[in-house]
Amino acid sequence: MRKVMTGDHAAAYAARLSRVQVVPAYPITPQTAIVEKLSSFVANGELSARMIDVESEHTAMAACISAATAGARTFTATSSQGLALMHEMLFWASGSRLPIVMAEVSRALAPPWSIWADHLDVIAERDTGWIQLFCESNQEVLDSIIMLYRLCEMQRVLLPAMVIMDAFILSHTLEPVQIPGQHRVDEFLPPYAPGTLLEPGSPSLFGSVAKPDEYMEFRYGMDVAMREAARLLPEVEEEYRRKLGRSYGGLLENYRCDDADVVLIANGSVVSTARQVVDQMRAEGKKVGLGKLRTLRPFPSAEVNGLIGGKAAVGVLDRSYSFGSGGALFSEIRGAAYGRSGSPRIKDYVAGIGGRDVTPEVLRGIYEDLLSGRGGESDVAWVDLAGGPLIRNAEGGG
Amino acid sequence: MAKLTIPAEEGVCPGNLGCPGCGANLVMRYLLKALGNDVILSVPACCWAVIPGYYPNSSLKVATIFSAFEATGASISGLRAAFDVRGKKDVTIVGFAGDGGTADIGLQALSGAAERGTDAIYVMYDNEAYMNTGVQRSSSTPEGAWTTTTPGGKKQLWKRGEKKNMMEIMVAHHIPYAASVSVGFPEDFVRKLQAAKREKGLRFIHAFSPCPPGWRHDPSKTVEIAKLAVETHIFPLFEVRHGKYILTKKGAGLPVEEYLRRQGRFSHLTAEEVKAIQKKVEVNWELLNRTASVMTDELY
Repeated sequence: MRKVMTGDHAAAYAARLSRVQVVPAYPITPQTAIVEKLSSFVANGELSARMIDVESEHTAMAACISAATAGARTFTATSSQGLALMHEMLFWASGSRLPIVMAEVSRALAPPWSIWADHLDVIAERDTGWIQLFCESNQEVLDSIIMLYRLCEMQRVLLPAMVIMDAFILSHTLEPVQIPGQHRVDEFLPPYAPGTLLEPGSPSLFGSVAKPDEYMEFRYGMDVAMREAARLLPEVEEEYRRKLGRSYGGLLENYRCDDADVVLIANGSVVSTARQVVDQMRAEGKKVGLGKLRTLRPFPSAEVNGLIGGKAAVGVLDRSYSFGSGGALFSEIRGAAYGRSGSPRIKDYVAGIGGRDVTPEVLRGIYEDLLSGRGGESDVAWVDLAGGPLIRNAEGGG
Repeated sequence: MAKLTIPAEEGVCPGNLGCPGCGANLVMRYLLKALGNDVILSVPACCWAVIPGYYPNSSLKVATIFSAFEATGASISGLRAAFDVRGKKDVTIVGFAGDGGTADIGLQALSGAAERGTDAIYVMYDNEAYMNTGVQRSSSTPEGAWTTTTPGGKKQLWKRGEKKNMMEIMVAHHIPYAASVSVGFPEDFVRKLQAAKREKGLRFIHAFSPCPPGWRHDPSKTVEIAKLAVETHIFPLFEVRHGKYILTKKGAGLPVEEYLRRQGRFSHLTAEEVKAIQKKVEVNWELLNRTASVMTDELY
């Protein structure tokens, strides 16, 4: 069935199709429509799940953790301040090796108050042990949630995942979305059946104290699992494609990069605008390409090097900033490329902060800057600041 | 002599990491005797996060999940929902937290669980300070007590202000059952927990739990001090069933001095300060008596 819907509603439909059983959730703009839709599904008997109307996001995640440990497939959704409030429990979810899937509507952090698109909320949770997957379209939101339940519940993975959509640009924008039939999703996603379970009458401790001669192995196990997730995601996607007809190019999609001189790597909703700019510039004979970074964690180092090796220049579009350093994607990508032969010059373009529009003109300006070979004292540039040139090198200090 | 009513079965194994004379160890023991071992226990950061033992050992005979300090109210809501959707509605869920994890950092989540009507038993074992971290004051520390963060000295005073009244806070949520219990009165303790188990919705237990290292008393005096807290009316034993107050121990009404002077944490108190505490205890006891519709030592 094809329906026109927002990214928020696509996330709610995906949770329903995944037959989630427990949904603790707390409202925050622009995530609210996800919770509202799920509440109405439950109220109408279209979804057999328990909603828990919690009093904070911290409680939402804590309740997810206990429910998942007790054997329920759990789902929640949040954004920005709410994700920041969950911070402590995000570690608890991954450390407990629970396959919780969460829709995260990426939004700027206050102050000043801003409810618009920005990735800093997600970037700040990069090291919590969660799989982080950015979406370009509402269809990708729906498909990714279902795919990630399958991936996260695999015994070799058992990690939580956040499916990320940009505030308003996806969460509140109507797009046509194909809703798969329930029986087809059921064929792809079996019921949640954890190997270890909290059961009455079965003495066991979940999350007890590990001394220095035990703790490190738990952490190593999480890294092994995260790397397994990187290996398995393309396989899960291929199975999804066979059974449900869509896939998204694994961890890093290559869009017209093979013969490109310069490549821009971006993530989230801006990718769809960048595709158009690439097509237009290609029509003008300019050899530009686009890399769509889908997962920040696990980070696809090998795929990135495969994409950018031998290029004249590579740009990274960062919708967040680490003050005094640069964008997070930039430092990840440059770190992955360092020391490789044929590694190109890599430049950071910080854009779209706090929901500022990243227009085709802005993206064209970035590609032109890359093609010009212009350098400067800094490899980090702020884009489209008020009252200045389009590309302004980061400055200040010494 | 009354027939012994306390079940013989144990849920807590000996040789655990509790301190000598630990009141919280007795709280857990009586709790599991009352409820049996087929419960699910949710424990946040507190002494009982350590007492069961280090990975991979456990001294508890029950399935236990640990959570973050402030998360017990959240955890029991999540557990309840999961067992309900799995068709196990008769499983008793127990949140088991200290006074800091309840009256301070965990109050929001507990209030949420009560308002949501989470079907679970929540036990606050009250040792009247952050004991696991080394005796720092909590909002449940009584007036006049020494702790490491209310150390006395030339300018700093001892703990100021009365301890937070968790029973009243929980009763104000209109929960079906709330009761105070003490390790000094195990029969009363076990009967109240069994009464709590028969109710549906959030049930709250305030368990008095002396702490020899924190209260600075001899480990052999734990039960004696717990009894004196009741006999002096410092910690009255009562229950609130659907809003109806029932005092379950009259207590001898001994002077508070009898309770205070046995503990190092109160050793600095002047005669005047003791008098002031006596006065407040009498006022609180009078208020409780006016609220209570039943007063008996022979309820059961």
